[in-house]
Amino acid sequence: MNAKSRIVVIGNGMVGHKFLEVLAGHNDTGACEVVVLCEEPRPAYDRVYLSSYFTGKMAEDLSLVKGDFFNEQGLDLRLNTKAVAIDKAAKTVTTAAGETIAYDKLVIASGSFPFVPPVPGHNREHCLVYRTIEDLEAIKAGAAVSKVGVVVGGGLLGLEAAKALRDLGLETHVVEFAPRLMAVQLDEGGAKVLRRKIEALGVKVHTEKNTLEIVDGENARHVMKFADGSALETDLILFSAGIRPRDELGKQAELEMGPRGGIVVNNYCQTSDPDIYAIGEVALWSGRIYGLVAPGYHMATVAADHIMAVSAKEFAGADMSTKLKLMGVDVGSIGDAMGSTPGAHSYYYIDDAKDIYKKIVVSADGKHLLGAVMVGDVDAYGGLLQLMLNRMELPEYPDVLILPVRDGTGEVGVGVDALPMTAQICSCNNVSKSDICDAIDAGAMEVGDIKSATKAATTCGGCTALIGQILKCELGKRGVEVKKDICEHFAYSRQEMYHLIKIEKIRSFEEMLEKHGKGDGCDICKPTTASILASTWNDHILKTEHASLQDTNDYYMANMQKDGTYSVVPRMPGGEVTPEGLITVGQVAKKYGLYTKITGGQRVDLFGARVDQLPSIWSELIDAGFESGHAYGKSLRTVKSCVGSTWCRYGVQDSVGTAIDLEKRYRGVRSPHKIKFGVSGCTRECAEAQGKDVGVIATEKGWNLYVCGNGGMKPRHAELLAGDLDTATLVKYIDRFLMFYIRTADRLQRTSVWRDNLEGGLKYLQDVIINDSLGLAAELEADMQHLVDTYQCEWKTTIEDPEKLKRFRHFVNSDEKDANVVFVEERGQIRPASVAEKKGLIETVSV
Amino acid sequence: MNTYSNLAEALVSVPVCKLNDLVPGIGVGALVNGQQVAIFRLRNGDVFAVGNHDPFSGANVLSRGLTGCLKGCKVVASPIYKQHFDLATGVCLEDASVRIPVYAVQVEGDVVSVLM
Ligand code: SRM
Ligand SMILES: Cc1cc2nc3c(=O)[nH]c(=O)nc-3n(C[C@H](O)[C@H](O)[C@H](O)COP(=O)(O)OP(=O)(O)OC[C@H]3O[C@@H](n4cnc5c(N)ncnc54)[C@H](O)[C@@H]3O)c2cc1C
Ligand code: SF4
Ligand code: FES
Repeated sequence: MNAKSRIVVIGNGMVGHKFLEVLAGHNDTGACEVVVLCEEPRPAYDRVYLSSYFTGKMAEDLSLVKGDFFNEQGLDLRLNTKAVAIDKAAKTVTTAAGETIAYDKLVIASGSFPFVPPVPGHNREHCLVYRTIEDLEAIKAGAAVSKVGVVVGGGLLGLEAAKALRDLGLETHVVEFAPRLMAVQLDEGGAKVLRRKIEALGVKVHTEKNTLEIVDGENARHVMKFADGSALETDLILFSAGIRPRDELGKQAELEMGPRGGIVVNNYCQTSDPDIYAIGEVALWSGRIYGLVAPGYHMATVAADHIMAVSAKEFAGADMSTKLKLMGVDVGSIGDAMGSTPGAHSYYYIDDAKDIYKKIVVSADGKHLLGAVMVGDVDAYGGLLQLMLNRMELPEYPDVLILPVRDGTGEVGVGVDALPMTAQICSCNNVSKSDICDAIDAGAMEVGDIKSATKAATTCGGCTALIGQILKCELGKRGVEVKKDICEHFAYSRQEMYHLIKIEKIRSFEEMLEKHGKGDGCDICKPTTASILASTWNDHILKTEHASLQDTNDYYMANMQKDGTYSVVPRMPGGEVTPEGLITVGQVAKKYGLYTKITGGQRVDLFGARVDQLPSIWSELIDAGFESGHAYGKSLRTVKSCVGSTWCRYGVQDSVGTAIDLEKRYRGVRSPHKIKFGVSGCTRECAEAQGKDVGVIATEKGWNLYVCGNGGMKPRHAELLAGDLDTATLVKYIDRFLMFYIRTADRLQRTSVWRDNLEGGLKYLQDVIINDSLGLAAELEADMQHLVDTYQCEWKTTIEDPEKLKRFRHFVNSDEKDANVVFVEERGQIRPASVAEKKGLIETVSV
Repeated sequence: MNTYSNLAEALVSVPVCKLNDLVPGIGVGALVNGQQVAIFRLRNGDVFAVGNHDPFSGANVLSRGLTGCLKGCKVVASPIYKQHFDLATGVCLEDASVRIPVYAVQVEGDVVSVLM
């Protein structure tokens, strides 16, 4: 393309945005100008996770725009701007406001709209659809004044909508025209099991219902009248009866159209006008419209590559297999789910007691998998999909692929080693096995590394387990020790060491070394063992047998600074401090000449204390009621709070009180890395709880619990683990969460990184913590309760023990001070002198 | 050229502390002839003395480092940036061009002395 040419993109939905991202990768020189027309009031957001808006996510959480993307890339984004006409000959687009914009290349990414059957009454009040954030707001508002809700359409989206209505507290019905649910993806047997499961959750399903009209109801706002003479009263109706392409611009510009709509495109996503491209749900390729993001993303990549002439990749259709969780029910559908290929035969596995249904469809010669249906148990999904996509040969008795494995030999399924290099492992992000292998060759060792290198597993997460298996297999093949020995003295990972210490009731490093290690230990295994011992038995960290294991920060219970002095951080739970407390802190700082600063964790840090000063500083603070703040430990740091309902006009719960309770509960608990909490009193989130390992946000009904957030080097938004909890349940879940992290994380692994490497992701975590899938919940709670009950202020205990106090001196044989510690004054306080300043002030220390 | 014994004779043995002042695995700082020294007693009873000055951070803190063994060397890890120093030779394991002073130690009865 020529320099300074202009690309105009119509629509900033999921696919349109993907196009911009791919384009940005090719356009770092800013060679072309890009104008984006976005009809909606906000830039692209994730429709796939739209329903999480009902469980507490905000519009901003759903945004697909990374940071300041539009400005950084110099893109001209026009919100609230609808394109109304294209002039092919003049190569211009006209907006609703009447502005005309010239283009060299035009990309139509206008998506689709929900189809509403034109039955009389379909546009009555509270008859809604489900596609945009504005739709959700209308649904929320409608639900607030309704008791009963009906979803018209029992497909994938309809069932998701039904879940949303149920979560909003409505009596929920699903009305379907076809004789079964999810008629596109499921066969009769599968649909039957799904229906049973959904009805067990309290959603009423009505199949073979053809709505004739909607009129005033007697007991509810509307009554729906069906062709079979029956009727259903309801207050709110949500249409989810399929989608139609928003192809009006294609028609207006006389581009070639499909007989039933959609703008026809070729393999490069060009329309009948080669300078106009269409991608996403508006595009009709080979007679098909793809209503899923993954094919749309492929189209976006193909179009961007073609426009910038960087590759001649072609769109070659997409697999429509799906795996999803509907109202907590796992459903999977692969390829020819109905078994309609001539000669195909099927195998079934049905477990009525557990409501599990599995079917595979096999080619006439029995060699290849053609399709599958799974309800209630989708563990086999990833393997089966690969078998089909790669036309791999089936085992002699294909039924083993869906039979339960009971003899402990492990899952049959597909051996990842047998997958060809071209196998697409992550369909959302088009990542192949060879991409993953490249990442491994470039040094990736963990699932988290693969995610950041290839983007695999970062969208729907369905491929995470498979990636884990490939990683293990490929590392093994490359002779890379997958074992995570923590150091040369212990051939164990931290998790294994934790297990040994707990199960064998090991109480000291010496015992651990004798039983399971070799050599003398080092600065890795000593503090790690000390931390695990503390997480398990909770002895005082300076107890004789533990003292020599501690890093200097733990050993002196203060953080060493660059000049060898220490900082002192008294705990101020929730960031609350009395005037008297503040005065004491000030007086102590003044008396010892310490530098004071408010930390990023809502408390005061006193810097510049010499080792020998620490005990007296702390005894003065303890006398005034302060405790150790554990700023030095791999343990709970702070629970940041906002002022909450006590003072703030928006607060809905007492966030300060809860923050203080939580900080007091978990103070001193030693963990693989430091842990930070935040508690906000309402959704404005002034405590930034979603950037913390544990974030708690008040709701009208209780608390939303977020986990695994991080600020720091690589910020990560916390994820909603559970919503609307009462305080007792909140604490119970946090107990379980923290203890599970303590048990299973690697050394110095924050919860965010731990979570990114957790196979099964958030769902798995929810299963363990909420549904107790490992049967561990009671034990985790008891372990945490033990730590809570055995808490002591480490500084208080130390000050009361003259033996322990002996260690706080710079020289064993002299009371002289370290002459290398020199301060100068700055802004009315001390700071460490620079090397140059020291040279002028003191003789340099010879080495 | 001086032999080791010649050298040793030229040095003075300076008593520093009691053996009991040294807890196995934990270092102490000492002031010997105006020099800062870090003294360590290891698990097996060996006693080592090295300079207390950490050449990487410029702070006098090596006595507060963790001891251990790495690839057969007895080492102390700097508490600031975590480099390891061989207690026998003073050589830094991560950067062999950096070396801290090492001092001979005598333990007679209960008394620990540094030769300087
Ligand atoms: C004092 C303080 C800066 C300040 O003056 O405000 C601070 C100081 C240090 N931080 Fe921090 N961090 C401080 C708040 C934070 C925050 C803000 C917060 O807590 O809300 C963050 C980002 C939030 C987070 O952790 O997710 C933060 C992210 C880090 C990181 C990056 C962690 C990560 O996973 O990305 C490190 C490095 C590490 O831990 O490996 C770090 C490490 C450090 C160390 C320990 C570096 C070191 O080894 O010397 C500093 C020593 C503290 C000392 O001597 O007392 N500090 N640090 C803050 C103490 C808060 C407190 O009251 O305890
Ligand atoms: C609730 C829900 C759940 C879903 N779940 C899944 C799932 O689990 N998996 C999956 O693969 N897919 C799922 N989908 C489908 C997926 O969201 C779509 O495939 C995807 O959003 C299509 O992207 P698009 O860019 O083509 O269209 P859209 O995301 O709809 O974007 C089109 C944009 O163009 C704008 N626009 C239209 N006309 C104009 C104009 N004339 N001028 C300016 N702007 C215009 C629209 O306002 C819109 O913002 C789901 C969809 C919904 C609604
Ligand atoms: S980078 Fe941040 S945490 Fe580290 S020393 Fe500097 S201010 Fe402190
Ligand atoms: S398949 Fe969706 S993230 Fe990989």
